[in-house]
Amino acid sequence: MLKGLIDPEFFEAFTSGEADESQHLPVYGTRDPLLGLCPSEVEEESGPAHHRLLRYLRKEVLPTTFCVGCGGGTVLNTFAHAIDEMHIDPREIVCVTGIGCSSWIPSPYFLCDTLHTTHGRAIAFACGVKVMRPDMKVIIIAGDGDLAGIGGNHLIHAARRNLDLSVFLVNNFIYGMTGGQVSPTTPFGTRTTTTPYLNLEHPFKIADVVAAAGGSYVARWTTYHVFQLMESMQNAINKKGFSFVEIISQCPVSYGKMTGTSDPVTLLKQLRDASIHVDDTDGMSEEDLEGKFVVGKLVERQRAEFGDGLRQLISERRESISAELDRGLRQDTSALETGR
Amino acid sequence: MNRPAENIELTDLYLAGLAEQEHFIQGDEAAALGAIFAGCTFFGGYPITPASEIAEVMARELPNVGGYYVQFEDELASISAVIGAAWAGARAMTATSGPGFSLMQENIGYACMTETPCVIINVQRSGPSTGQATLPAQGDVMQARWGTHGDHEIIALAPSSAQEAFDLVIRCFNLAEEYRTPVILLMDGEIGHLRERVILPDPRTVEQTQRRKAREGEDVFGGAIVPPMTEFGDGGFVHVTGSTHKEDGLRDVQTQSVHDRLVRRLVAKIEQAREEIALVDVDSEEGAEVGVLAYGATARPAKGAVLRARSEGRSVSFCRPVTIWPFPISRIQEASRGLRQLLVPEMNLGQLAREVERFVDCEVVPLSKIGGVVHSSQEIHAAIVEATDSC
Amino acid sequence: MIYIDEEFCKGCRICSEFCPTGVLGVSTTLNSKGYYPPVVEQAYECHGCRLCELLCPEFAIFIVNEWLDEQAG
Ligand SMILES: Cc1ncc(C[n+]2csc(CCOP(=O)(O)OP(=O)(O)O)c2C)c(N)n1
Ligand code: SF4
Ligand code: SF4
Ligand code: SF4
Ligand SMILES: [Mg+2]
Repeated sequence: MLKGLIDPEFFEAFTSGEADESQHLPVYGTRDPLLGLCPSEVEEESGPAHHRLLRYLRKEVLPTTFCVGCGGGTVLNTFAHAIDEMHIDPREIVCVTGIGCSSWIPSPYFLCDTLHTTHGRAIAFACGVKVMRPDMKVIIIAGDGDLAGIGGNHLIHAARRNLDLSVFLVNNFIYGMTGGQVSPTTPFGTRTTTTPYLNLEHPFKIADVVAAAGGSYVARWTTYHVFQLMESMQNAINKKGFSFVEIISQCPVSYGKMTGTSDPVTLLKQLRDASIHVDDTDGMSEEDLEGKFVVGKLVERQRAEFGDGLRQLISERRESISAELDRGLRQDTSALETGR
Repeated sequence: MNRPAENIELTDLYLAGLAEQEHFIQGDEAAALGAIFAGCTFFGGYPITPASEIAEVMARELPNVGGYYVQFEDELASISAVIGAAWAGARAMTATSGPGFSLMQENIGYACMTETPCVIINVQRSGPSTGQATLPAQGDVMQARWGTHGDHEIIALAPSSAQEAFDLVIRCFNLAEEYRTPVILLMDGEIGHLRERVILPDPRTVEQTQRRKAREGEDVFGGAIVPPMTEFGDGGFVHVTGSTHKEDGLRDVQTQSVHDRLVRRLVAKIEQAREEIALVDVDSEEGAEVGVLAYGATARPAKGAVLRARSEGRSVSFCRPVTIWPFPISRIQEASRGLRQLLVPEMNLGQLAREVERFVDCEVVPLSKIGGVVHSSQEIHAAIVEATDSC
Repeated sequence: MIYIDEEFCKGCRICSEFCPTGVLGVSTTLNSKGYYPPVVEQAYECHGCRLCELLCPEFAIFIVNEWLDEQAG
């Protein structure tokens, strides 16, 4: 590791929670204290530099196991930038994931409490976490197969329930980890390993589904739109209620190989060129939008948050019990008088 | 979760008030109240006969003691949320019956692998599939043991009365914390819907095994046969995964020795505690050549039949395993010593009888009955008479 | 100042292809993993937009902008 760039002592202090909070400065603010030295000094001190945001990652498992040019890495990168800019202490984050390449984005790479669950169940596990720990940011990052396929039921019900979760669905149109089988978001007429004669099913526009199911904040971006995506992630995390960002992503290996090109650059250019901002779609018909990705914020609404409701209920019940006890309706509690 | 002191006080006062009332309730309701007295703080569930009453009581009582009730979209979500809640500090529980129990199996395995303390109540009904949905059975004995894939050990307790349902749920919570593992209350629909007088204890006398928390630097997934746990928000950056992992929780799914070490420890931690976990109600008779082994609802007519046979001068031993898994081997062996025949009435086609057969020296005679009807005392008595006469 | 962590780079060329001002090219030498990392070809063209930093899937390229940092500070 580059001496001075990431001070091992500070890293220790940061991860063990003893670091001075004021030393944790934003990426775009003054020079990051973790850099310690100015670049010229850095060069003199030693060889190649490491990224300052590596402090948010489990370094022992780097570099990632993602294929060359996989959008998953970009999502991880953007997510780390978003968290850094928001000054969120990673100790206050729980990342919950399912099974699939996209589920590896936070787990194991992102250094926070991570719950790597079974295929499709990430949101359900996260509900349990968030209900018990409303003070923590509970963030789910997983794939289209995981969240929209096998876990689709949890997704729509979580949107309906409106518990304060942030879901980042990495949509690469394919079951990447298992080698390129058709997924619920694979476009009609696409060749995959399990649709060798082309896909006869119609895909979900999954962000629209979540918006219809009641999500409090719903947006769609691609791995090309990193700055907008970063901002959108931040808005999702800040939004009280169920928030959802669909991140259209390239899978050069499992999807690309079946659809013409495994070149990440070409795939990313395709994502860029097929995107159209939601504000520019006025008057466009469904046919006009065929094959396009409508990006931007799709929905933002205010609804009562489920966790608040639960806590409100508890405080009401306990107040009335307390009042009842005071009125002596349950006065015969003599057994308790001996004290614990 | 740390509850503030005044919360505990108010909860105790409230529960003491409950304890002073008369309770003529179903096994389901008793089990739910048991969870409340055990300090359950999170319940996630999905309605199913004959377990719905548990959810109903939890929905009514949990807010009164500062806990959270959530009805989920299915049983997959219920068990998932329970495990998530446990890692966030909850004493968490779910309750279901056969079809829902089947749906939960993958994540029961996840709870075994991640060593997550939680309680699952299965009020057994007649299967397979929707079978006789409203009628009782004991057909999930082996599903409880082997329902999830891969090598693992599980703890399962079977109550024979509403009072025992209350008491055993508390024990389930404590075993879950002590051994960091999912624990199953393997009730049957008959006990679940059986209405009986239940006496609730002074809440302060209810033992609540506290979670052993890891100190800084201590491994959460190894280093001890039952490692200490950490919770989300503790600052330990814990990595929880159902994939094979090293002592620090990080995944290593390729190294044979890592998997071997992990899974053997998970099995050993229950195995080595077999005697401690074993609860067996033994009523042996000196010189008896015939014995009856029964559990759950079946134990009630079985005990009645044994007493009647004894009153007729027949010498019959009786034994009721309360702990079903891990199978209380030595206690059952002891109880069956000297017997020539051991009758095992159960509401399935011989699931536990087969397990008993593996460990006892005498002949094991399954008295299977399916179709949603509990054995009558007469049926079992007739079998005892036949067995003792042929001796 | 553009930093390139050659050993983390997997040579996907996203950074060099998407840099709006053509600052980056591709190295002619392999890193130890057998990938061609990017090289800075026209450093003076870089306006510190950080697109390369955010797009990189491997945390292998990043910008330290002293001037911007000082302005912000
Ligand atoms: C219950 C279950 N069924 C199937 C699998 C196999 N499986 C693993 S990953 C995966 C697909 C993941 O697809 P997606 O969520 O889109 O993630 P990606 O790899 O594309 O990022 C499947 C089907 C599993 N692990 N568990
Ligand atoms: S298979 Fe696809 S999604 Fe998975 S790591 Fe490779 S490129 Fe990424
Ligand atoms: S910061 Fe912007 S201009 Fe500079 S190299 Fe990166 S992409 Fe190019
Ligand atoms: S984007 Fe990153 S991984 Fe890809 S070539 Fe550039 S530095 Fe290397
Ligand atoms: Mg996918």
